[in-house]
Amino acid sequence: MATDLLENGTIGEINKYDFITPSHDVFRAARGLNANIVAQISEMKKEPGWMRDFRLRSLKIFESKPMPRWGGDIGIDFQDIYYYLKPTDQQGKTWDDVPQDIKDTFDRLGIPEAEKKYLAGVKAQFESEVVYGSLQEDLGKKGVLFTDTDTALRDHPDLLREYFGKIIPPEDNKFAALNSAVWSGGSFIYVPPGVKIEFPLQAYFRINAEQMGQFERTLIIVDEGAEVHYVEGCTAPMYTTESLHSAVVEIIVKKHGRCRYTTIQNWANNIYNLVTKRAMAYEDSLMEWIDGNLGSRLTMKYPAVYMMEPGARGEILSIAFSSKGQHQDAGAKVVHCAPNTKSRIISKSISKNGGRSSYRGLCKVEKGATGCKSNVVCDALILDPQSRSDTYPYIEVEESDVQIEHEASVSRIGEEQLFYLMSRGLSEAESSSMIVSGFIEPLIKELPMEYAVEMNRLIELQMEGSVG
Amino acid sequence: MTETLKISKLHVSVEGKPILRGVNLTIRRGETHALMGPNGSGKSTLGNAIMGHPNYEVTEGTIELNGEDVLAMDASERARAGIFMAFQRPMAIPGVKMADFLRHATTNVRNPRRKEGEELIPMRQFRKELTEKMDQLKMDVEFARRYVNDGFSGGEMKRAEILQMAMLRPKFAILDETDSGLDVDAVKLASQSIAQIGREQAEGEEMGILIITHHDKLLENNVPDFTHVMLGGRIVETGGVELAQELYTEGYDRIRAAYPDAAAADAEMQQTTAAV
Repeated sequence: MATDLLENGTIGEINKYDFITPSHDVFRAARGLNANIVAQISEMKKEPGWMRDFRLRSLKIFESKPMPRWGGDIGIDFQDIYYYLKPTDQQGKTWDDVPQDIKDTFDRLGIPEAEKKYLAGVKAQFESEVVYGSLQEDLGKKGVLFTDTDTALRDHPDLLREYFGKIIPPEDNKFAALNSAVWSGGSFIYVPPGVKIEFPLQAYFRINAEQMGQFERTLIIVDEGAEVHYVEGCTAPMYTTESLHSAVVEIIVKKHGRCRYTTIQNWANNIYNLVTKRAMAYEDSLMEWIDGNLGSRLTMKYPAVYMMEPGARGEILSIAFSSKGQHQDAGAKVVHCAPNTKSRIISKSISKNGGRSSYRGLCKVEKGATGCKSNVVCDALILDPQSRSDTYPYIEVEESDVQIEHEASVSRIGEEQLFYLMSRGLSEAESSSMIVSGFIEPLIKELPMEYAVEMNRLIELQMEGSVG
Repeated sequence: MTETLKISKLHVSVEGKPILRGVNLTIRRGETHALMGPNGSGKSTLGNAIMGHPNYEVTEGTIELNGEDVLAMDASERARAGIFMAFQRPMAIPGVKMADFLRHATTNVRNPRRKEGEELIPMRQFRKELTEKMDQLKMDVEFARRYVNDGFSGGEMKRAEILQMAMLRPKFAILDETDSGLDVDAVKLASQSIAQIGREQAEGEEMGILIITHHDKLLENNVPDFTHVMLGGRIVETGGVELAQELYTEGYDRIRAAYPDAAAADAEMQQTTAAV
């Protein structure tokens, strides 16, 4: 079916561009999913044989696994999706193609022109080379590797071979298997022992940044005593025409290392966002996930920390905001595999205008993991009678010498609180917006300054109901 | 002409149960009124109805501010029109800092036509004013960074309410048992502060104050021009400062005997509305 790989209209381009040079490729894989297409993706990327085999094995696993019977309704036709698009294809889009409401939102958020175009998918590469060039150089001197995962596979095959797919094997779940079969893009970070990166690393900083992809694959290795804070995504609505996004993020934090991974995502309303994120934390290390989810039709995302050696700590802070037609099925997983490990989960969800938020969390203590502590707090705020919130906490403990705390609260925005603020001259909209920002304040203050500001503005916009 | 808050023949129900049964009360700016009466007689209901609490349904009568229909306004518009109420049990708003809340409130009340998203009063000016007022109320600067009423002691809540009144400079203020739960020194400070704020002139006139209280301490610095007694959802008697003193020392037995109808209504309300 090789000819199917070439879409009508692009066939004439093949001879114009030598497709050995990857950046000039104009191919996209045909619609649908089968072994040929997966093999073709691997071939187009000039990948080593082991990765090709890994992809094909993952595809088999994907095909053999049933759809999850829990969470949300996943109405996806897997054969109706393009699994691989070169960024050059997407570059064909122009600013005029971006819907007006998305542009308006960018304006209201005060996003700079260049960044707007990047976010809207108009440009494959953010115009950041000059600004961030010196930064990249500085990181390079310290031995930090920071690139997209495709480049990493070419330039650092040994590291990839050692760690890729080890934290989240394709057998883990159907969508991890899908990602493993068709992944493209994502970030690769390696921080050598003892190196502490003072500022948050962001995808923008990557000179060779590939377009935000449908099936991103991120791998972060924090070596002994090293520290990094990675920030993924942004608060602006991600505009994309694809309906399925299924990323995998794998993180290893070695002895005494620290890693914080911050995500703020605001998807368009047609998106299914099904993500697997997991970190393994070793002796006395700390892994923190900060996860903000807005928009999308359905998000299913449960960042996990496996505490593998004594003294490891895991912290997960998550905010979900669901509005009309949206279902956020978000949460967290902490697995205590070693003695004296500690975890903390704070989850805050807001449902508005018929939106549905679910907290789904797992706290597991393995046999032998004595002296563990875990604290879970999940609070839900429901803004109107049409909206819904559910909590599904799972606790599996196989040791008795452990301390597990779980608190959950669900509150409706109180008439008394509204009246109190209004009696001081705040309008009804200002009042509910203030109550909501207060509700998520404990998480907002964990965000880097500029993200906190954007997040607050975004919540205000959501509260006005002017953003879809 | 002196600005006037005029309440006429006001009937108010809560969850379908009548509480106020025809209240008449006129307050002019510069006047201090004391409102006394047994617990559950309807004093807080009057305050909440004036402020526009949605659960307090006005079934009859009018409230007018300089002839304008207050009942047509929501709570926010009433605040912007110059009405303020210091609550007996103010709500906690977790995660919202006092300073942020007050900056919004102050901006809106001083600029009633402000639309959402428009500029707030400049930070520097606001901070200076807030610090001054907090000094006067002997409040620690740290207070501004705390979350609104969240984990406040009884005394801190009451002081925070007075601070809000000082910042908002209302035309008319209702103080609902601002002295309850305070120790002697705190009541004295509150009493002095209210008097001082009341005398500060907003747009050339002093505040009109309605003090709901069971005690006399709050009235020491705020000598009432009028004292009203509420019983069974009505104001049954109005006098001067001497009436407040009498009620404080001798209780409501004489009132109950003099107004048997109101006393009967009151007894009935005590049974059915204990939870309100």
